[in-house]
Amino acid sequence: MTVFLLRRLLQAIGVVLAMTVLVFLGVFAVGDPVEILISPEADQLERERAIRELGLDLPLWRQYLVFLGNALQGDLGRSFVFNEPALQLIYQRMPATLELALGATFLALLIGLPLGLYAGLRPNAWGSRTIMAGSILGFSLPTFWVGLMLIMVFAVQLGWLPSTGRGETVTILGMRWSFLTWDGLLHMAMPMFSLSLSRIGLVIRLTRSGVRENMVMDYVKFARAKGLSPNRIVFVHVFRNILIPVVTVMGLELGGTIAFSVVTESVFAWPGMGKLIIDSINVLDRPVIVAYLMLIVLMFIVINLLVDLSYSVLDPRVRLESRE
Amino acid sequence: MSISTVAPKVETPFRRFVAGFCESKVAIGGLVVCTLIVLAALFAPLIAPQDPYDLAQLDIMDGRMEPGSVGGAGFTFILGTDDQGRDMFSGILYGLRISLSVGVGSAVLAGLFGATLGLMAAYVGGRTDSVIMRLVDLQLSFPAILAALMILAVLGKGVMNVVIALVIVEWAYYARTVRGSALVESKREYIEAARGLSLPTRRILFNHLLPNCLPPLIVVGTIQVARAIALEATLSFLGLGVPITEPSLGLLIANGYEYMLSGKYWISFYPGIALLLTIVSINLVGDQVRDVLNPRLQK
Amino acid sequence: MSSTLEVKDLQTHFFTRAGVVKAVDGVSFSLQRGKVLGLVGESGSGKSVSGFSIMGLVDEPGRIVGGSIRFQGRELVGLPEPEMRALRGNRIAMIFQDPMMTLNPVLRIDVQMIETVLAHEKVSHTEARARARDALGMVGIPSPDERLKSYPHQFSGGMRQRVAIAIALLHRPDLIVADEPTTALDVTIQGQILAQVQKLATELGTALIWITHDLSVVAGLADDIAVMYAGRVVESGSVDAVLDAPLHPYTHGLIGSVPSRNRRGAPLQQIPGMTPSVINLPPGCAFRARCPRADGACLETPAMAELLPGRTARCFHPHLESVPA
Repeated sequence: MTVFLLRRLLQAIGVVLAMTVLVFLGVFAVGDPVEILISPEADQLERERAIRELGLDLPLWRQYLVFLGNALQGDLGRSFVFNEPALQLIYQRMPATLELALGATFLALLIGLPLGLYAGLRPNAWGSRTIMAGSILGFSLPTFWVGLMLIMVFAVQLGWLPSTGRGETVTILGMRWSFLTWDGLLHMAMPMFSLSLSRIGLVIRLTRSGVRENMVMDYVKFARAKGLSPNRIVFVHVFRNILIPVVTVMGLELGGTIAFSVVTESVFAWPGMGKLIIDSINVLDRPVIVAYLMLIVLMFIVINLLVDLSYSVLDPRVRLESRE
Repeated sequence: MSISTVAPKVETPFRRFVAGFCESKVAIGGLVVCTLIVLAALFAPLIAPQDPYDLAQLDIMDGRMEPGSVGGAGFTFILGTDDQGRDMFSGILYGLRISLSVGVGSAVLAGLFGATLGLMAAYVGGRTDSVIMRLVDLQLSFPAILAALMILAVLGKGVMNVVIALVIVEWAYYARTVRGSALVESKREYIEAARGLSLPTRRILFNHLLPNCLPPLIVVGTIQVARAIALEATLSFLGLGVPITEPSLGLLIANGYEYMLSGKYWISFYPGIALLLTIVSINLVGDQVRDVLNPRLQK
Repeated sequence: MSSTLEVKDLQTHFFTRAGVVKAVDGVSFSLQRGKVLGLVGESGSGKSVSGFSIMGLVDEPGRIVGGSIRFQGRELVGLPEPEMRALRGNRIAMIFQDPMMTLNPVLRIDVQMIETVLAHEKVSHTEARARARDALGMVGIPSPDERLKSYPHQFSGGMRQRVAIAIALLHRPDLIVADEPTTALDVTIQGQILAQVQKLATELGTALIWITHDLSVVAGLADDIAVMYAGRVVESGSVDAVLDAPLHPYTHGLIGSVPSRNRRGAPLQQIPGMTPSVINLPPGCAFRARCPRADGACLETPAMAELLPGRTARCFHPHLESVPA
């Protein structure tokens, strides 16, 4: 297990390094670095001093090393707009995005698993066909448009749900969370649902195909031959086998969900890091863009690692192989 | 004479494909809707009562009129107007042109680029293969929306820039698909034979290998067109896609956003329906094409 | 003494789009307590479907359309599913062909064994665990306590089949249906498992249906034999009698095509042609197209008839001449 972890960690470091190169080239080398790093109000003298200070007269690879060194110390620059360290800005907004993305994933599993199970167990039933058609719709509906329609119906017409902001929050571990207050939950409802819509479709499809593949396997027939109840066969035997691909995909999708919350946050004015990055792109607040990107990459790597670990908890075959 | 009576009975792969496709009524429905949408976009200038890009034809007095109102120019705005007094129906037709051409154009370009790299990876193998596949993995593990946002942040707005961004985020799907099937195909005898004849590599790749990788490529292509349209709409909605002078469906929806809260739903609603119909119909067609072309499902 | 199992004219058909597949279309045999019946036939002869029919595990589009299966005097055909489930794994157990596929890969052996105990008896978890451990010991798995905590993939194929047998034995069933349980294993492992099963069946008084295409397995293991062809039993009797002097031309051909030390150097006989498809099978004897003795009479379907004491066959022209007087 330790060897496995170490190897994964080394791989992860490799990927992070590769991404720093890409981000460095993408954001620093394309366009004028001076424009990016020094606020436009600076005068000529200040500029030249800053160029030397920042090492921008150095060759590209040296500059990269400097950038890397700063990044390692947690310094990814200061936001031009807020004049605060970029990382700190993002950290402040991270809980909002995390609770939205995790909530959407949870909602997708909560709705998708039962529907997928039903559709898989009764593939020809009328209800199953409806579910499957609905799942295509879930994939196809543009998230932002769904968001608008939700606002139109539930906020404008019915007036049941608030359409913007996070509502009341509770502070835990120095971070503010909405999901712990009723008002916060009301504010979360629409963004969470619209973000989870395409994931629901995904979970339904994965679960359904998993059920159909597993139900014809010999181990199911053997379980029936043992005299087990249909419930035990479906919910213990088959479900455990389906959970593996579903958890893997949903875990890997978590990164995508966090990234995609950019759209949802814009629609519902949800003050998360997605909203921040869109605003930063619009005003070219590049330190924030860089910090966001690096953080997302790190997050992806952590998620992948966690998925691999949970995978090995769920699938004993992997556990053994990694130990060898 | 006799040929024409016999010919229809010959079972060609294409006929089998058509027969298989027609098994699903939903897919046929999808194809019909899809065709209608494409036709509507193609002939938009003939159908639309107004040229929504011609500012001279717009009258600000007609702004934000409800569906069914009659404007100053004398014709009915069946889907209402936006804040500029633009007829939404015309705007949607022209928006479809932008959305479809960006979607199809980027899918075709990404297909060409990705398929070429995928073929090279499979045929050359070795280091070329592993470099290309690493890039593919990297690309696929990073969410498309973010990658596209970043590219557009660097490149700036514009129809061409959106296409470039979409090509960059989508080529990997094609490369992976083509490599997979090309690896299988290149083990077959006819490729060995072609190599034995020392045909030029380019010829083996494009004349022999590629045609046999087409079915999965078509499947991926169909789905990716839908994805590209959705992604373009999203980017435009976020204000980083096409410029305001050439509004795609996504931008039309974004324009209606601020009026949504005052109950003027139609500015966002109808372009959304058009977008939804486009994406769903393409996905339905793509789903069925995949089922028909999937060798594992063939009986 | 009443039979443990009495199958009469069983018919299990599959209603597919291509037509009705009469996978089992007239299977009869009976089995006494503690005896072993070898159910022999080529692939597609309906022997596995017969086994699943007894278990009540025929899936759509298949259905038992006729005949009777009496288990300890109780009719199983048409028995409501909850009652059938109470029998399955309890009084009637089954062992499957491929040990790599029958155990759930993501559940530990103890879970899969204990659930079987608890499905039929209200005992404590500890007690169920003890039963599972004993069963593993019984089938010759070393250090069963430790092995209980293993996952299926940590066992070899032969060991997995032993686990499957142990699961089948958990409730000391009166009948075990074994569907080619040694086909997927090495010959040496096959021998060990055969010996073990035979010993256990005798000790526990369990009746055994051993489904196989391998005559040599049947010769060493079974008391009685039923030979199947195209969904029907074409010959049955005691193993010794049938193998020494087969009555049906198909059995005759089947035995002739097995290589034997006694006939070394002599050319192997073979049955010409192929097993007929059981979709829309025409009436008449299904074997007639491949039979050297077939004539006009074989256009009628022969009935199962007791041609000699304790020996039945479905043939108009049986090999009665080769039977020693």
